[in-house]
Amino acid sequence: MYASPVQQAGSDVRAPRPGLAGLDLALLAAALGLIAVSVYTLTMATQDDVPGSPLYYVVRQAIYGVVGVGLMLAVARFDVSRLREHQRIIYAAMVSLIALVFVFGVAARGSKRWIELPFFRFQPSELGKVLLILALSAFVVDRVRRLGDREVTARIVLLALFPALLVVAQPDLGSGLVYLAIAAVVMFVAGTKWTHLATLGGLATASVVIALLVAPAVGVEVLKPYQVDRLTAFVNPTEDPQKQGYQLRQSITAIGAGQKLGRGPEGATQTRLDFLPEHHTDFVFSVVGEQFGFLGAALVLSLYALLLWRALLILTSAKNLYGALVAGGITAMLMFQVFVNVGMTIGIMPITGVPLPLMSYGGSSVFVTFLAIGLLQSVHAQARATELAKARELAAA
Amino acid sequence: MYLDNRRPTITPALAFRVAVLGGIAFLMFSVIFFRLWYLQVLSGDRYVAEANDNRVRDIKVQAPRGQVVDREGRSLVDNRTALAVKVTPAELPKGGPAQDDLYERLGDILRRSARRIRKDVNEQLAAVPFSAATVKQDVDLPLVQYLLENGDDFPGVTVERVFLRRYPHDEVGAHLFGTVGEVTKEQLDEEDYSGAEMGDRVGQSGVEANYDRYLRGRNGATRVQVDAMGTLTGSLSAKQPRAGRQLRLGVDLDVQRTAQQALGEGRRGAFVVMDVKDGEIRALGSAPSFDPNLFAKSIKQSDYDRLSDPLNGNPLSNRAIQSVYPTGSTFKLITATAGLEGGLIDPETPISDPGSLNVGGTVFKNAGGAVNGVIALRQALSVSSDVFFYKLGLEANGAGDGLGIQRWARRLGVGRRTGIDLPNELPGLVPSPKWRAKANREGIGDGRPWSAGDNINLSVGQGDLQANPLQMAVAYAAVANGGRVVSPHLGNRIEDADGRVLQELPSRARRRVDIEPEHRDAILEGLRSAASESGGTSADVFKDFPIPIAGKTGTAEKGLGRPDQSWYIALAPYPNPRYVVAVTDEAGGFGAETAAPAARRILASLFDVRGQEKKVVKGDSRTF
Repeated sequence: MYASPVQQAGSDVRAPRPGLAGLDLALLAAALGLIAVSVYTLTMATQDDVPGSPLYYVVRQAIYGVVGVGLMLAVARFDVSRLREHQRIIYAAMVSLIALVFVFGVAARGSKRWIELPFFRFQPSELGKVLLILALSAFVVDRVRRLGDREVTARIVLLALFPALLVVAQPDLGSGLVYLAIAAVVMFVAGTKWTHLATLGGLATASVVIALLVAPAVGVEVLKPYQVDRLTAFVNPTEDPQKQGYQLRQSITAIGAGQKLGRGPEGATQTRLDFLPEHHTDFVFSVVGEQFGFLGAALVLSLYALLLWRALLILTSAKNLYGALVAGGITAMLMFQVFVNVGMTIGIMPITGVPLPLMSYGGSSVFVTFLAIGLLQSVHAQARATELAKARELAAA
Repeated sequence: MYLDNRRPTITPALAFRVAVLGGIAFLMFSVIFFRLWYLQVLSGDRYVAEANDNRVRDIKVQAPRGQVVDREGRSLVDNRTALAVKVTPAELPKGGPAQDDLYERLGDILRRSARRIRKDVNEQLAAVPFSAATVKQDVDLPLVQYLLENGDDFPGVTVERVFLRRYPHDEVGAHLFGTVGEVTKEQLDEEDYSGAEMGDRVGQSGVEANYDRYLRGRNGATRVQVDAMGTLTGSLSAKQPRAGRQLRLGVDLDVQRTAQQALGEGRRGAFVVMDVKDGEIRALGSAPSFDPNLFAKSIKQSDYDRLSDPLNGNPLSNRAIQSVYPTGSTFKLITATAGLEGGLIDPETPISDPGSLNVGGTVFKNAGGAVNGVIALRQALSVSSDVFFYKLGLEANGAGDGLGIQRWARRLGVGRRTGIDLPNELPGLVPSPKWRAKANREGIGDGRPWSAGDNINLSVGQGDLQANPLQMAVAYAAVANGGRVVSPHLGNRIEDADGRVLQELPSRARRRVDIEPEHRDAILEGLRSAASESGGTSADVFKDFPIPIAGKTGTAEKGLGRPDQSWYIALAPYPNPRYVVAVTDEAGGFGAETAAPAARRILASLFDVRGQEKKVVKGDSRTF
């Protein structure tokens, strides 16, 4: 039923050659730059974290990076469009992986987000982000003519909401919000009516108000108290130094103390003396801010700007709607995570456990981000191949 | 173009939506950049300071208190290092059963209850969060070794060297020094204790309190870096502690020791040896005494109870200034001064002493029924004629406002605090019609109105008079030095650790009174005669004594079947005295019997009369 009515567009085009040819080099440079900065930052920031093993996190992050780059190159050579017909399998795989956590999951700090694998902890909700992009884009492409129907919009929203709620139930509020951001941007790019988008925005606002203000008032616990704390701590970070506001205050202190040029790896006491919590994962941007100052933070932000600019460019040049929607979803995923994470460290966004793509330590996040960038490269490569083929046709004519 | 899922060119609708996405991204980047600029460039200094506050802690290094030395530089109070068991907050088990267990184990070893340890530690940590809290001071070496060998069982428990006060001469001078103790919250607000920090040990009484700001020294600090858990990660800098200044007292250790021995084992009494001209105390003490080393660490309640029990003679009380008594005939010096200066008599005025005086039916007799005949002042003092002074008392009661004796008693320092640099001095009492009326009004008197008999009793130091040995010493000194009422003091000067003078402590006379030189001479001649001429009350005590002494015996009747109190006050050397020695024994009987022999031993030590410090020469005079 969802089978594509159209032949694969690229069937008469040869697959891109191996190597760097056909890749968006600026996008590649941004990704490599970010993972390099991550490894460099972690070298200084985590040297005291694991006694007797100063390079524990660095070696692992470097391995994740290398594997991730390989993954990206492999995916780049693959035609994304072929995945469109497997949307049901992809969707089913995503839901089962996420559900698996409830059965085999490893609990850490009160939440079950990980499955223990021989080499690293696999976090299905990370992979789920990309799987949702692939499946949801295909679903939208199949219904592109009926995007004006409320029913279609409702079904798209429900398809995204289901895995999102599963993730929130782990509990992992941040990743759940990423799923919703992906869905919103995919619909937005596909051309969903403004009225539908506005209605959805209204509903979202209403549910936030209910979850944070109304539900606790009538005694229903939608979010756990610590989640409410985290979400509201940025409004008044110094209210209780023992609670979530403490992390935020320490993060702001670290970044502020970095001043223009940073305190250097040795002078960065907030990081080295552990005042800054989670400095290798969620708060890695604060480490950059403390160690390398405004200059370093600006450099990292520039790399993200480059990344997002290339992603939007690839979106516009995609050879087909599916490619465009996948690129849109990936842009949404990266953009949302960058802004929410960085915003959190500087106190303008709520504290949600969203990793900073490629910068935060963690195999799942690094792999999935490279996978996503590989998909972007694939969309780009296909577009280039199509254009080259057209150019040849025109020349032949 | 969407229809076939092929978009070789971008539609305007899509372009617009991508532009919106780009716009959102641009907006977000701008917000983040402005926020970073604000945090890092505009407010960076503030956050650098906050980050440093986070990591820097100062740990106090106790400064040793200054020593107290005698006039020859011999140590009276110094310090010893003791081993204290402390707990370091950051390394303690965090709450719960593990901490309870630790306190139980510590309590077993140190013989303290776990509950008390917890309370102590928590109080100290509340006051000074990062410094180690003391569990017990002055722990024996074997216990310390046990703790160190089994360090794994006692996480967070450390042993530190601390300074405790040491009194090398034990009971000698015990009443002079006062005590040292942890500064209280109230004291932290007082100017005298400025610079003291919570947990410091400061002078709490006596000389330790009076000269605390010199003795205390300045604590040092080790500035360290801590991590988020409060664990030390390194040392940043150290400020050396500065030991307290040394305090030199005017006290002479030899005289002090002799005087305490002279008062005698098991006696209750007091003595004062003072420079007549400037009020510097050479020795001052009270019997029974105590060992101040008991106070070096926190004193045990049982010891404290024992030392403050009246049945044991309340050894902690300093009778030289904190007990007041009738003074017996030693008061006659004051009566004589009042009589002479008030114009009631001159030195040669003859007065008949038939052995008794009948006033309105009440007969006042001489002690032992003596009849001295017609005598003048010198003779009256020499033989301690009571009737002579009864008559003066009677006359004074009727002359002018009738307060001649009272006025002179107060002028010379009786009935008011002397201002010595020791705590809790009692003012005593000079009875007067006004006082009697007030006491009766308040229901504490016996209801009897003031009568001539009261003044007659006062004239010989009996009745309601309440004075202490130091006040009497000041009065005798004032007469002897020609009218300067001195301010008695122990502190002489502040020195560095090598004895170099840093500051002289001033000794000012409190006030001057006018005493005619010939009156003063007459009185001293009378006192000299008493101690040297045949018939003099203390002549047999000072027979053969190489230093010329002028002195007065006193025997205070306390009634109610209690034994008489023995007094002796000496001025030496005659005729230009340098020292006044006042001795009293609460149950010593006649003045010549116990107080005068004790004074003789003290004077022997004071003037280095060889072989006489231990010689007890009792007198036979049975006068009051």
